[in-house]
Amino acid sequence: MSVVKVESLSHVYGKGTPFEKTAVDGVDLEIQQGEFVGVIGHTGSGKSTLIQHLNGLLKPTQGRVLINGKDIWAKGADIRRTRFEVGLVFQYPEYQLFEETVYKDIAFGPRNMGLREEEIRDAVADAVRFVGLKAKHMERSPFELSGGQKRRVAIAGVIAMRPQVLILDEPTAGLDPKGRDMILEQIKRYHEQTGSTVLLVSHSMEDIARYTTKLLVMNHGRIFAYDEPQNVFARADELIALGLDVPQVTHVFSLLRQRGYEIASKPPLTVEEASEEILRYLMRRKGNGTC
Amino acid sequence: METLIETKDVSFYYNFGEENQSDEILHGVSLSIPKGQFIAVLGHNGSGKSTLAKHFNAIYLPSGGTVYVDGLDTLEEDKLFEIRRRIGMVFQNPDNQLVATVVEEDVAFALENLGVPPDEIRRRVDEALQTVRMSDYAKHAPHQLSGGQKQRVAIAGVLAMAPSCIVFDEPTAMLDPQGRREVMDTILDLSRQQGTTIVMITHYMDEAALADRVVVMDDGRILLDGVPRKVFADVELMKSVGLDVPQVTDLSFRLRQKGIPLPADVLTPEEFADALVAYLEGAPDQGGTQETGDA
Repeated sequence: MSVVKVESLSHVYGKGTPFEKTAVDGVDLEIQQGEFVGVIGHTGSGKSTLIQHLNGLLKPTQGRVLINGKDIWAKGADIRRTRFEVGLVFQYPEYQLFEETVYKDIAFGPRNMGLREEEIRDAVADAVRFVGLKAKHMERSPFELSGGQKRRVAIAGVIAMRPQVLILDEPTAGLDPKGRDMILEQIKRYHEQTGSTVLLVSHSMEDIARYTTKLLVMNHGRIFAYDEPQNVFARADELIALGLDVPQVTHVFSLLRQRGYEIASKPPLTVEEASEEILRYLMRRKGNGTC
Repeated sequence: METLIETKDVSFYYNFGEENQSDEILHGVSLSIPKGQFIAVLGHNGSGKSTLAKHFNAIYLPSGGTVYVDGLDTLEEDKLFEIRRRIGMVFQNPDNQLVATVVEEDVAFALENLGVPPDEIRRRVDEALQTVRMSDYAKHAPHQLSGGQKQRVAIAGVLAMAPSCIVFDEPTAMLDPQGRREVMDTILDLSRQQGTTIVMITHYMDEAALADRVVVMDDGRILLDGVPRKVFADVELMKSVGLDVPQVTDLSFRLRQKGIPLPADVLTPEEFADALVAYLEGAPDQGGTQETGDA
């Protein structure tokens, strides 16, 4: 069964005012449990509006949102529960830290879930392990930490609720390459070890290509594509026309194709894949003895 | 070439009052930036690159050493105005930099504060908006613009003051790919057409590859300083300080390790494609280990 199902969802901001704007326009989407979904789209394409519906922060103007088959806005549904099941990490989440200590900040979610004190302790310990923080950080004020550490505290605060669906809106914006890789590797580990579904919103095509199993492309409030990353990035010209891009190595292979060298049937998504494909191509060529 | 910004043995720590100082963030940085150069500054978070850049228009003053801007010492308080007039800054978040409710009023904001005559303001605002290709949006409200457009308006606001140099602190970090392309095109225009000196801090290696010169900061010191082609060719060193290189440079590096003789200093997809095609057409079925292009 699909964990997230969206049926003819529309959202209109400022309905009935001169500023009326349809941000999401009749979207149908089904996400299977365990997928790692990349969400891309230019600013204003509707991706943030869409994801804010998945844990009930926004209410559909039209259509339905189902989590585990249940309409989250149905009569008698428990919207609070939905927010524990679907965890949302906002852009620049470190601005939302507020507690006196790192431990208390991460414990805030589990405590609201009504867990017992020792359960809270376990939940925090698990979350802390996933994001690679150390025990010595726990009693410090979150405001004393570096930018990268603060962000990891904020992510831990959501992970501590063990959401079945974890949504992150540009978790690496403003981080240096090492900080970026660290956070993405931690998210990947959370995804693998818990079997949860992850949605990653990002403007970095390189990051999206490296980590995701499915790619959702939004454009003007509608879904442009929901498919495997290789199939999506094969449509480079269309993506660029939408204000998006493809990873550099993907671009290299299309340049080579234009010059008559079909290195691989599908474009590579990472540097590692590109390197292997080229080596394989050279081996084949050597084997055939042609040029 | 004439020097615009010069730092001599600059060290910096925060001074919170007596016996309350931070650790030293910059350790004796000496750097000379000629007029008209486009220089990219790289470094992991905490390497001191933003701290250094904030010395260029006297937001920070050196704890040790000196900073000269167009020959003016930033430690001399009465020179502050002249220094700030020469060096403009553009930051990461365009929303934090726009103050007015109409685009052209925002661009005019600083000029009004400086008491520039209205005719002159009109002329400079129009020119600045034209340079960043935002003239069509002069009467729009900033909140209606995309991220890339907002950032270009912020650039126009700085341009209107006719600075010799603009310091960009991660100007594309919050933008989508289209916005990034727009802002980078604008920066390249300023550098090539207007001759503006550009200092750009970025975490995107493909953007740094477009600069005339790349300076890599690590732990408050300058680790590498050279043309992008040279700096990025040292893939292992860059990765060891928590940075990266453009994907195509990395790809070339990996293939070289497997004995494919590609150049070490590939910077763009086009260059990589050219190099691989040249190899395929030149050496049809042998994998040499010879190094090329290590100039």
